[in-house]
Amino acid sequence: MTTSITPTKAGLPPAPPVEAARRGFIEIIAPYAYIAPFFLLFAVFGLIPLLFTFYVALFDWNPIGEHVFVGLDNFDRLLGDVRFWNAARNTVSIWLLSTVPQLLVALVLAHLLNHARLRLAVFFRMTMLVPYITSVAATAIVFVQMFDRDYGLLNWLLGLVGFEHIDFTQSVTGSHVLIAVMVTWRWFGYTTLLYLASLQAVSREIYEAAAVDGAGNVRQFLHISLPALRPVIVFTIVTSTIGGLQIFTEALLVNRGAANTCGPIRQCQTLTLFLFEQGFIQFKFGYAAAIGVALFVMVVGFAGLNYFLSTRIRPVKG
Amino acid sequence: MSMTRPRSGDRVRWWTYALLALAAFACLFPLYWMFIVATTDTATATTLPPEIVPGGNFFHLAGLVFSTVPFVRSVVNSLVVAGTIGVGQAVLCALAGFAFAKLRFRGRDALFLLVVLTMTVPTQLAIVPQYMITSLLGWVDTLQALIVPGLANAFGIFWMRQHISSTISDEILQAARIDGASTWQIFWRVAFPLVRPAAFVLGLLGFVTAWNDFLWPFVVLKSPEMYTVQIAIKALQNSFNIDLGLAMSGSFLATLPLLVLFVFVGRRMVAGIMDGAFKG
Repeated sequence: MTTSITPTKAGLPPAPPVEAARRGFIEIIAPYAYIAPFFLLFAVFGLIPLLFTFYVALFDWNPIGEHVFVGLDNFDRLLGDVRFWNAARNTVSIWLLSTVPQLLVALVLAHLLNHARLRLAVFFRMTMLVPYITSVAATAIVFVQMFDRDYGLLNWLLGLVGFEHIDFTQSVTGSHVLIAVMVTWRWFGYTTLLYLASLQAVSREIYEAAAVDGAGNVRQFLHISLPALRPVIVFTIVTSTIGGLQIFTEALLVNRGAANTCGPIRQCQTLTLFLFEQGFIQFKFGYAAAIGVALFVMVVGFAGLNYFLSTRIRPVKG
Repeated sequence: MSMTRPRSGDRVRWWTYALLALAAFACLFPLYWMFIVATTDTATATTLPPEIVPGGNFFHLAGLVFSTVPFVRSVVNSLVVAGTIGVGQAVLCALAGFAFAKLRFRGRDALFLLVVLTMTVPTQLAIVPQYMITSLLGWVDTLQALIVPGLANAFGIFWMRQHISSTISDEILQAARIDGASTWQIFWRVAFPLVRPAAFVLGLLGFVTAWNDFLWPFVVLKSPEMYTVQIAIKALQNSFNIDLGLAMSGSFLATLPLLVLFVFVGRRMVAGIMDGAFKG
């Protein structure tokens, strides 16, 4: 066993038996030792907390007091809680408003960037990653200022062309749009680069052959680029579903007067923010865990549904 | 390089540049705007028409940032957290990626599938028990509560495995084996140096993510001297001072180090992200 793993070099004397056995053992466990840190960290900070969420959700759990088993009471209350349904609606709305435009914009930009004779290609690619390296907190503060009702740049421009000022932070639709703009701004460039990488793997000859056959830009995009992008599109739809349903920081920073509810009428409180409010402001750990379970069901459901749809629906052959 | 890329036949139209320039403008303008507001006083930030050139008030506002929150301390905290996570991810993910790419062991494929599956688990919603565990470890209000959970991740392992299997031939490793190198030596002396560029980009991505992380530090950190920069920004926004310029100055100061870093390594980050992406 030992020899097959660590063959001795011709010139060197073989290791003493005890030494060889010790080394052999180390060699056998080495691969497991190399992957162990990840599994250990994931278990302690990911899997166990996730499973424990389902357990805590069955209790009236005060962090510094009693834990009383209440069965499914938390879920019962949750389903009758208008704040929960409000947060669920806000979450889905913000997620749709941020994901759909983001992926479409990325598709178009990736197609434009995938041009052999494009000048400044490196510059364009690099600038698109700038939002990704900017923190969500900084992004939120700038965008809230730019979208301010009274002194924001955007409303100033709207006023110049004769429109009424829009109160982005205080209205339901306005606050959803504002958060969606922040999320889209942060991620569209990153998604563009992922799409571009896939496009570049398509060989030039295929496009040339299509061009010879008279296929224009749009048809090349629909019949060559789009099918080639299928795997990465599925990937980005699933990841943006998982991320988009857990939006927190943007919502927390929109209304500093009522940060934990994202405004006086909870107009943009997402489920993660509702979870945070119940868990770490109200200290209702059991109820917060129940929100976590509901969010889990939603994320798994939507991600699964999107995966199913995006892998099943195929473009019409033509 | 550019000659081998697809669609070399047709000319680039003017509207291609127009749209790309618009996208570039959209990416850069908010940062420029942040700088404008960060350098003007309250009166200017709330006047119309808005100023569009930087004012001369930057040092005044920066001074206010430093006196309102322990900002220097928070930058140091962020550097410690993000730096350790970056290095940790580069090494630990390369190590695990090496094991999955090049070592034969029982259960390897099933374990790798497990790693990939963990990427789809939304762990953020388990934040209440995560806090309980952190509290149990006595790590509340400490930096290790931020560092340890981030030291290795599934994405990084997946990424390094891709790089290692595509760039390192089995022959090189076998040659090292015949020379009597242990598995650890083969990793550290042969494999890791060969994938160091990829590990570097991975470490950068880990650094940026950790630097910008918000929810977990916000929940775990209690005292101002433990704050990371992102939490310091939130504290600035919270302070009773209604000055917009103050929060903007803080945001700008928190973003500046990453922008400077990006000027030097942005190209490699772009290449790295595109390399690690799906092909075909």
